[in-house]
Order: sequence, then C-alpha cells, then structure tokens
Amino acid sequence: MHILAFKPMELITPDLGLVFWTTLIFLIFWFLVGKLALKPIVKSIKDRELTIEDALAAADKAKAEMQQLQSDNAALLKEAREESAKILKEAKEVKESIIAEAHTRAKDEAAKIVADAKLEIDAQKKAALAEVKNEVSKLSVDIAQKVIGRELDSAKDQQAYINSLVEKINVN
Amino acid sequence: MVVKSYIYSLLLALFLPFAASAEGAAHAEHGAEDAGKSPSEIVVEKIMHHIADANEFHIATVGGEHISFPLPCILYSKTTGKISFMMSSQFHHEEVIDGYRMDHGKIVDAATGERNTFIDFSITKNVFQMLLGVVILALIMFSVKSAYAKRGNKAPKGLQSWIEPIVSFLADDVIKPNVGPKYEKFLPFLLSIFFFILINNLLGLVPFFPGSANVSGNIAFTFALAAITFLVINLNGNKSYWGHVLAMPGVPKWVLVILTPVEIAGLFIKPIALMLRLFGNITGGHIAILSIVSLIFIFGEMGKSVGGASLGSAMAIPIVLFVNAMELFVAFLQAYVFTLLSSIFIGAAVEEHHHSEEHH
Repeated sequence: MHILAFKPMELITPDLGLVFWTTLIFLIFWFLVGKLALKPIVKSIKDRELTIEDALAAADKAKAEMQQLQSDNAALLKEAREESAKILKEAKEVKESIIAEAHTRAKDEAAKIVADAKLEIDAQKKAALAEVKNEVSKLSVDIAQKVIGRELDSAKDQQAYINSLVEKINVN
Repeated sequence: MVVKSYIYSLLLALFLPFAASAEGAAHAEHGAEDAGKSPSEIVVEKIMHHIADANEFHIATVGGEHISFPLPCILYSKTTGKISFMMSSQFHHEEVIDGYRMDHGKIVDAATGERNTFIDFSITKNVFQMLLGVVILALIMFSVKSAYAKRGNKAPKGLQSWIEPIVSFLADDVIKPNVGPKYEKFLPFLLSIFFFILINNLLGLVPFFPGSANVSGNIAFTFALAAITFLVINLNGNKSYWGHVLAMPGVPKWVLVILTPVEIAGLFIKPIALMLRLFGNITGGHIAILSIVSLIFIFGEMGKSVGGASLGSAMAIPIVLFVNAMELFVAFLQAYVFTLLSSIFIGAAVEEHHHSEEHH
C-alpha cells in the first residue's frame, strides 16, 4: 500500500478558518436575508391569506344580502300589486255606490214628481168635480125653472119627466 | 415541478462524465506521482481531494495544465502571529511565499508540510461557493420580497411561485406546529438555515465551476451551523426547559443522579447529531457519485482500454443518473430534516408547561 496523498482525519476535523467563515456568512445571511426578506415574505403570504379569507367572507355576505334584497323586492312587488288591486276595487265600489245613489235619488225624485202630479191631478179633479156639481145644481135649478115654467099635466107625467132629468144628470 | 427536477438532474448526469474526464486527464499527467498506484488508489485520492476544501478552485486540466480560479489566501501564523495575504495563483509549482507553499491545492507550512502551524482564514473553494450561494439566495429573496410589495395581494408569479410553496410549507407545516405559539420569533432563523443548507447542497451538485464544492458536506460547515443552532436552542430555553434538563420533575432523587448527566449530554448530542447527519449525507452523496463516475476510468484502466471505458460508461451513466436524482432529493430532504429537528428542539426549549397537568 502506497502512502495516500490525503489525510483521513482531516475529513472529520473542523477547519477553524471554514468554521469562522461559515459562522460569519450564515449570521450575515440570517440578519440580512432572514430578517429583511424571508420574514416579510412570510408576512406577505399571511396577509394575502387573510385578505382572501376576508374577501370570500365578504362575497358570501354580499350574496346573502343580495338574496335578501331579491326576496324583499319580490315581497315589495307583491305588496304593491295587492295595493293597486285594492285601490282599483275600492274605486269600483265607489263608482257603483255613486251610480246606485244617483239611481235611487232619480227614482225618488221621479216618484215625488209623480206624487206631486197625482196630488195636482186630484186637486184639479176635485176642483173640476166641484165645478161640475155647481154646474149641475145650476142646471137643475134651470131645469126646475123650465119645468116649473111648463104646465104639469099630471102627477104621472111630472114624475116621468123628473126621472128623465135625473137620468140625464147621472149620465153626465 | 417534479418533471423539471428530473430534467435538471438528467442534465447534471450528462455533464458529470465531462467533469470527470477532466480529472481523468489530470491522472495521466501526474505520471510520476501516481506511478505504481493502482487505478482505485488514484481514484480514492481524487475523490478525497474533491470532497475536501482547497485554497484554489480547480476548474479543469487541459493538456497537462491545471486551470484554476485564483482565490485570496489569508493566513495567520500561530508561531509568529504574522498575517499573510496572497493569491493562490502566486504559488507556482514548489514556490514558497512567506514560508507557505501549495500542496495539492492546499496551502501548507513550507518547513513542515503540515497545516497545524497556522490558521487558514482564506477564501477557500468552500467559502467562495458559500458566498456565491448566499448572493444567489439574497438576489432571489429580495426580488421575491419586492414582488410581494409590488404585486400586493395578486397571485404569485415567476420566482414568487417557486419560493412561496416552500416558505408556506416550512412556516405552516414544519415550524409552526413544532415550535408552538412563539414560532414567529424563530421564523427568520429556521427559514434561513433551510435555504442556506439547501443552496449549498444544490450548488454542490452542480458538477462544474462555480459549483461542485462539497460545502454542506464539510464538517466545519455543519459544525458551525450546529453550534449556532445549539446557541439558539439553549439561549431561548425557558425555566421549565432547564428544570427538565437539570432536575426532571416527578423523578426520584436517586434516578436524577443518572438522568441529569444524560440530559446534559443530550444538550450536546442533539446538535452533534445535526452536524454529523448533514455531513454524512452530503459527503456520502458526493463520494457515491464520484465513485460511480470513476468506474469508467477504473474499467478503462486510466485511458488504456477503450472497451473497458465504454463498458464502464454504459454501466455508470444510468446509475449516476439515478444517484444524481436521488441526491437532488437528498439536498432538499437534509435541509428539511435540519430545519425540522431544529424546530422540534427549539419547540421543546420554549414550550410552556402547565403545572396542572403532571409530567409524562
């Protein structure tokens, strides 16, 4: 076996110079990159996670609100429709009642007019009758004067004459 | 994303033989040095050389000439207390500068040929790749950060969509459940350690310059990270954590004589396990890939047998392809495991125990 150009113990003996440089370089890396770059990177990732979570929650909320709003709208629409139907119905009723009232009033009026006319007619009739009676009595008196003026032959003829007169009156 | 990873590892596997052939050429040139050594011995040396750190970044060997990326050397002499600065490219052959010379890409004491008389604070191959990794990560992370600032809460795009799933997974599924309610305080540390290990693992899998250095498989690297993790765990340990370590409540006094030393040993065993696990996995991966690639050269008897090399290639390429894909997975897995275990240990240290519920 020839002498090898490497020393096996060197492999597992830490070289002080390399320990020094590794320590120095790592410490610089830790304080420079670790604290100034890696930490902010983790923070950015966390922040973004939170933002996404918030955004998702907000979207869900908005969706729920939208649905609420939609159902509200539908209810409102339904209510409005009912309201208009009600108003229409009332208007119809009012119209009908006005027409009915007018009708009754017209009827009453007509009835009153008819009644008045009747009264008037009755009065006229009475007046006419009274006039007729007066006329009759006047006529009777005239007839009587005429009769008296004539010669009454017999009781019998007299009677017949009177009867005929009366009969004439009745006809009138 | 999985498909992309596979395409990527396929490309890696395609490149590896080229990287290896560059090294193979080097063998031929080192005739004198390698004389009398068997191909396997040469291969072992090459592999060990590859997985170790170096003071220069070897890129390729063309026509016997080593092409290396020069790196700055900073050396502190323990004997004289003198600090020497130089570039690795200043060392030519056996040249001695300030009492140092280059030996197989590593600086040694010119007098003794050893490395124990000075401390090497050089920007080595590993440090260079580590810096590169950190710069890449910093560019990525700051661009992603500004993308978040600019794009606000829009869906992620480009780099953002690569980083975001990893960061979210680690923060929400690894760190938060294991560390507990105080997890936000430890996010920068744990995410940093994950990405720091991951980028070094991944760059180590790139088979050519400026990757390929075995950074996260170096014991110094894993030692440093484990030591920092140890400090983070124990400096944040609360009263109940230390109570459990020093005198486990609800345990008879005489048992504590055994239990307390075990618990104290456990404080150190946890980071040591972290250190060895990462070191072993990444170094193991590098050794496995290089060994399989080296089969081509062993079968080809270092360039003497074309038939053997063809047979070796036919065998090695599919296996390397598979191992590379696996190593890509391991790169993520080990970064994840380190982060997960650190989270669990930190979680245990900061957990608030309620006195109403008795201890289990």
